[in-house]
Amino acid sequence: MKRLVVIAALAALAAGCGQRGNQPDPMQYGPDPQLPASHRGLLPTMKIAHPVPWGNRRPTVPPGYTITAIATGFGIARQTLVLPNGDILVAEGHGGNEKPLRPKDFIAGVIKAKGTSHAKSGNRLTLLRDADGDGAYETRTVFADKLNAPYGLALVGGQLYVADQDALLRFPYRPGDTRASGPPVKVTDLPARINHHWTKSLAASPDGRFLYVGIGSNSNITERGMDVEIDRARIWQVDAATGAHRPFATGIRNPTALAIQPGTGQLWAVVNERDEIGPNLVPDYLTAVREGAFYGWPWSYWGHNVDRRAQPQDPHKVAEAIRPDYGLGSHVAALGVAFSTPALGPRFADGVFVGEHGSWNRSRPSGYKVVFVPFRGGRPAGMPVDVVTGFQDPNGDTRGRPVGVTVDPRGALIIADDLSNTIWRMVPAQRIPAAQAPTRGAPPSKDNHPKTATPY
Amino acid sequence: MATRDPRTPARTIHPLHAVLLAGTVPLFLGGLLADLAYGSTMEMQWSNFAGWLIAGAMVFTGFALLGALIALIRVRRGWPLLCFVLLLAAFVLGLIDSFVHARDAWAMMPDATILSAIVLVVAILATWAGFASLRAGATP
Repeated sequence: MKRLVVIAALAALAAGCGQRGNQPDPMQYGPDPQLPASHRGLLPTMKIAHPVPWGNRRPTVPPGYTITAIATGFGIARQTLVLPNGDILVAEGHGGNEKPLRPKDFIAGVIKAKGTSHAKSGNRLTLLRDADGDGAYETRTVFADKLNAPYGLALVGGQLYVADQDALLRFPYRPGDTRASGPPVKVTDLPARINHHWTKSLAASPDGRFLYVGIGSNSNITERGMDVEIDRARIWQVDAATGAHRPFATGIRNPTALAIQPGTGQLWAVVNERDEIGPNLVPDYLTAVREGAFYGWPWSYWGHNVDRRAQPQDPHKVAEAIRPDYGLGSHVAALGVAFSTPALGPRFADGVFVGEHGSWNRSRPSGYKVVFVPFRGGRPAGMPVDVVTGFQDPNGDTRGRPVGVTVDPRGALIIADDLSNTIWRMVPAQRIPAAQAPTRGAPPSKDNHPKTATPY
Repeated sequence: MATRDPRTPARTIHPLHAVLLAGTVPLFLGGLLADLAYGSTMEMQWSNFAGWLIAGAMVFTGFALLGALIALIRVRRGWPLLCFVLLLAAFVLGLIDSFVHARDAWAMMPDATILSAIVLVVAILATWAGFASLRAGATP
């Protein structure tokens, strides 16, 4: 009872301390987002998603596209991987071992849990198959279970890599497998103490020699002390053969999804930035990950903007910090990234899709949608475009929260929704002729998607 | 003249109320000392101690406030009234101090230390007022 009273009081105060409601937000997209002065009221501004069922509704997609739920009932569906034969692997689970350290942690934990799924952590990989290519995934098998909050997935050659919250694992994979042929081999342990940000994102270099593992910080802004931040807020480059690792980029607060750019082999990441210094700080970002770069956390953000909360300060590290490439907006919680293909139609032919889980630290929510960042010449060019919306109503009723996004090279966007625990599949309403070429089981080819001869 | 023995207090503070009231002082003092330690060492653990000590102080302050409110039913002036008003002030300031301690890392500084010092002084004064009526011959 007492706790309820405290929560009610906090919620009321939080609402009162919100940003002025009708002020337009500053422009936060692209290479040069507007960064207001940092501000923190007596309580952090909060607006927690209110979960409601989808019923007969479904997410909103652009004209000329349709979306269907291809599977539901997962134990927290977070990331997906489209295999060469079109099968989809779904990583299910929820991790983190943090214990409340301060009075605040108890209260904040209760409040934030209201906006998430209460499904039990599945700790498994589920495989979905559409054998006849009609868009209905009629076969569903458990590919592997007894995992520990699996998240990042990557397939290179005959090896399927899975990033659990505490280890990088490898399964042998043959085309057509519906379950793993044996237990996994551990490639390397991953930093797992506390695991405040537990999601271990994953990408493989095109030649399969290296794996890139995103490891989030163990706090918002060092409030658990610097000792627990050893080996955190960085991307590891792991040698696939030996399991040896080295830091590839550091100071990158929470790199929640990684992707390799087709053609160039460049590693890209979406990164969640820090909270509790205002509704418009700090923008989450999309960036090409530069080898050896330091991205500022915890001492500064977006280049050289000092965050005085991290003490003792480190002017040398601040001077070293580089600016990321592209702002996605503050608190949107970008958790998925995938490069597109011309098979998804000319509007989305060149660029990345970003899944935005949605904010808590804003009175006017941000995120709760999938956006498309158009590219030109291999770089982001232009404003993000809303692609899949309708996850949240203006009154806060929330039916879904997008996490992982994956592009099926045959012309489909796969979206994992960890609130309704549904896998959504968006396709062009009319199949784009060029995308019909690959048949089931054939390896996807980049060359048979000419940009001409599409219905749009 | 007065028939009451001058060595007997005019009224006594309930022992439970006394424990709660007096307990606020070491807890708020501990909070302030932990804040000072965090402020000088930047060692996060001190701020966790401060947060919990002040949370504990708030529990004591809350129940002491309730006790003071009950005492007001009998006497609505003098020391009991002053004790109640000071405890109310300590409660409000302590709540603000708790919220400031919920800020992440250095965002709580220096506000946390300043507030902890003020609330400690108020808690000492409230305790003083609460026990003042115990002095021999004191009138409520």
